[in-house]
Amino acid sequence: MKFLGFIVVCLTGALLLYGTGDFSNWGDPNSPASLHLSNEYIERALEETQVPNLVTAVLADYRGFDTMFETAVIFCAGLACFLLLRDFREKKQRFYRHIPTGVILHVKNSKKVLPVGREFEHIDKDWVPSDLIIKTVCRILVPFIQIYAMYVVAHGDFSPGGGFQGGVIFGSSLILIAISYDLKILVRRIKEKVFGIFAAVGVLIYVGIAALCMPMGGNFLDYSKLAPLLPGDPHHVRALGMLGVEIGVGIAVTAVMVIIYINIVSEGRLEEGL
Amino acid sequence: MTDSLPYIVAKYNYWLYVILMMIGLYAMIAKNNLIKKLVGMNIFQTAIILFYVSIGYKTDATIPIIQNAHGGHDAHAAVIHAADYINPLPHVLMLTAIVVSVATFGVAMALAVRIYQRYQTLEEDELRMRISEE
Amino acid sequence: MDNYPALIVVTPLLAALLAGLAAWIEDRLSYPIALMGLALSTFFAFKVLMQVIGSGTIHYRMAGWAPPMGIEYTIDLLNALVLLLVSGIAFLNLIASYPSVNQETNDRAASFYTIYLLFVTGLLGVTATGDLFNLYVLIEITSLTSYAMVALGDRDRGPIASLNYVFIGVIGASFYLLGVGYLYLKTGSLNMADVAHILSGIQGSSTVLVGFILCMLGIWIKMALFPMHVWLPNAYTYSPVAFSRVVAPLMTKVMVYVMIRLMVTVFGLDYIFNTLHLADAAVWLATIAILAGGVMALAQKNLKKMLTYIIVCEIGYMVGGAWMGNQLGMTGAILHIVNDALMTFALFLAVGNMVYKLKTIDLPDLKGLFGKMPWTMAGFVLAALSIIGVPPTCGFFSKWYLLLGALEAGAYHFAAALIISSLICAILFFKVFEICFFESLAGGHETAHGVVEIEEAPVSMLIVSGLVSLSIIVVGLYSGTIVNSIILPFLK
Repeated sequence: MKFLGFIVVCLTGALLLYGTGDFSNWGDPNSPASLHLSNEYIERALEETQVPNLVTAVLADYRGFDTMFETAVIFCAGLACFLLLRDFREKKQRFYRHIPTGVILHVKNSKKVLPVGREFEHIDKDWVPSDLIIKTVCRILVPFIQIYAMYVVAHGDFSPGGGFQGGVIFGSSLILIAISYDLKILVRRIKEKVFGIFAAVGVLIYVGIAALCMPMGGNFLDYSKLAPLLPGDPHHVRALGMLGVEIGVGIAVTAVMVIIYINIVSEGRLEEGL
Repeated sequence: MTDSLPYIVAKYNYWLYVILMMIGLYAMIAKNNLIKKLVGMNIFQTAIILFYVSIGYKTDATIPIIQNAHGGHDAHAAVIHAADYINPLPHVLMLTAIVVSVATFGVAMALAVRIYQRYQTLEEDELRMRISEE
Repeated sequence: MDNYPALIVVTPLLAALLAGLAAWIEDRLSYPIALMGLALSTFFAFKVLMQVIGSGTIHYRMAGWAPPMGIEYTIDLLNALVLLLVSGIAFLNLIASYPSVNQETNDRAASFYTIYLLFVTGLLGVTATGDLFNLYVLIEITSLTSYAMVALGDRDRGPIASLNYVFIGVIGASFYLLGVGYLYLKTGSLNMADVAHILSGIQGSSTVLVGFILCMLGIWIKMALFPMHVWLPNAYTYSPVAFSRVVAPLMTKVMVYVMIRLMVTVFGLDYIFNTLHLADAAVWLATIAILAGGVMALAQKNLKKMLTYIIVCEIGYMVGGAWMGNQLGMTGAILHIVNDALMTFALFLAVGNMVYKLKTIDLPDLKGLFGKMPWTMAGFVLAALSIIGVPPTCGFFSKWYLLLGALEAGAYHFAAALIISSLICAILFFKVFEICFFESLAGGHETAHGVVEIEEAPVSMLIVSGLVSLSIIVVGLYSGTIVNSIILPFLK
């Protein structure tokens, strides 16, 4: 298999290199790829969409249909992870810690559930006393990360950023809570169901805005037809439409990031994990 | 050799992407451990991203965000020169490709966890042995 | 009215999201939502087909942007036909699936429907789109959903089959993406019509050649042409029955459609057959695929796995026909997309009924099935005859065109492979019939799971099975009409 693989890889590499023979030099401003569509986008996008970040303009408007399915791909990945891993059976054995004394109890009978509260806490098998410094620093950091994430989503029209990037940053702030405290605290604060609903709602916002353009008399995704529904300058309606779908993308990506994380680290039990 | 050197240097990005891609593909085909295969898959997809982003680059051009466009309507009077900005399209395409590869990686990870739960191993030859034993 | 092309694809997507949301409120809501979404999609696809036959190709601009800038749906006769086929089969399968989904996935039924709908959305989008990169994104949706579905099936083998599918599927999709990148580098465009226009001026370029080879390799991996088929049998065998019934007839056929679309619309038949000299190699590859698929099918002891090898064999028919380089071969290949989808669907419906009742599908366990499940077996026999190529059924007509095409092109090895594979299929199916008919057991039916009392499958499954079997004959009788009013005008 190794030898066969080596031959296949070499053949593929040779094929690809043969193809590069006819490429324009790297960075050549007159290569065909940099002339045809690229120039049209650069020269017309600002005027047509009022969005200076051309990547966002192309992503959410000219090729918004791609991006809609991209969001669907993300949703699909979250659903697949949930479907493959989520295990609703109760864990057979549990570990509890008596908080005042620090004694750890190993309960082998799954029926027996100790009251979790001031006296006992439910812990992981490989529990270590959590570090006060890490906890405190992360607690201070999380709101700042979240505000930054919202900035990245909202300012995606003008500076590098957008729904995917902002969504990933927001998701990472939630994952930081799960890492610095533990998974149970995250899942207790925000129910798994909420993430599931948010993932679907995020994509639904995108598809909904896109579909709303059809009864308004335009083609699918044609934000310019939404002008009567939106306040403000009708010139900016496309930019507003893009902001709307980016928010949808951000919500979906945040939720899916967390769903994938919590299912993979805890092997679907959501009880213990990293 | 001296003749081909400038030829290679002028396109070195494309050569690099081919080498990266070969590394990834080899890991995917020949490695025995499933996680190593997954890492190979990621390298493979990253190579493609490098390739596309290289297509978009133009010398003496900046990122595709129109400058001085915050000032409202009068800013549009300024002429936009296409040569000043790099090609936005490959970046858009790669944003999509990155998302797709993350999604695939997540699902593949979940599958690996399932396999480990069932067979307690991630080595392909051991897996094959376990299956034939049953 | 004007928005039908977009609605064909968007309705299932919307239904998938609503079904996913509804599952958090009440599990039972998701099935009717899914059914409604696919029914609407089928209706729109039918309307669009009528419109295309009546008034020619439809161009639909997403977001209202003109083609090279924005994404455009170009629906011509071939698209419209495949769209109706995909949505129709997905809809019928959903009707038949209700009992078996409940049986196999029990508490996860709602998620099953969501993923099922996303899968169908992907297939429909692949078929409708006129943009090379959009095609890639939608191929990835179909792949991602298939990975999840395959792993949901058999608890032991499903995840392994699925992970192998992931690795090979990623290589295939990435090759296609690289090919598109090579084309983009030379043309600067992603719209199929625009790319085709620019390509006609730069045919000698080695980059275009490599782009073409990469696209074809990627699609071949995705459609499981012979040496690249290794993922298919396990993936389809271990997936849940309700899913394998839709993936087996549709996934590979849609990929064949993509190959034909790339050949006809993007690169142009003139470039492929007159500038490049790869056609002979591709026809040989198809010949080997047909023979290898047939021989491997002979070795199988599990009925479902045997059928998956027959799919590998059928892929060879269509690839060979498309690469024959003449109109007859291409006509045969396109007609075979429709026919093979129907035949495979009918076969897998029958298999689904058997699995629902027997819980097993190993050949020795099928003894005496004719007596116990007469209607299911009637559908199975009809579909099997069609695969073999017995005249009144549709399978005969597409094989006839393929055979004529092969003789006209002088590809006698391909013609011989067609006939040999028909014989192999005949042997295979008569072996199955023999087991099911003659070796009847008195009283209870013994399987590995103990004694099972067998009666017919639920009515909904039987009605769908009957409808599809009927359509095999109807499509066979009207294949002249399909060829004259859809395929030939498309190829002109």
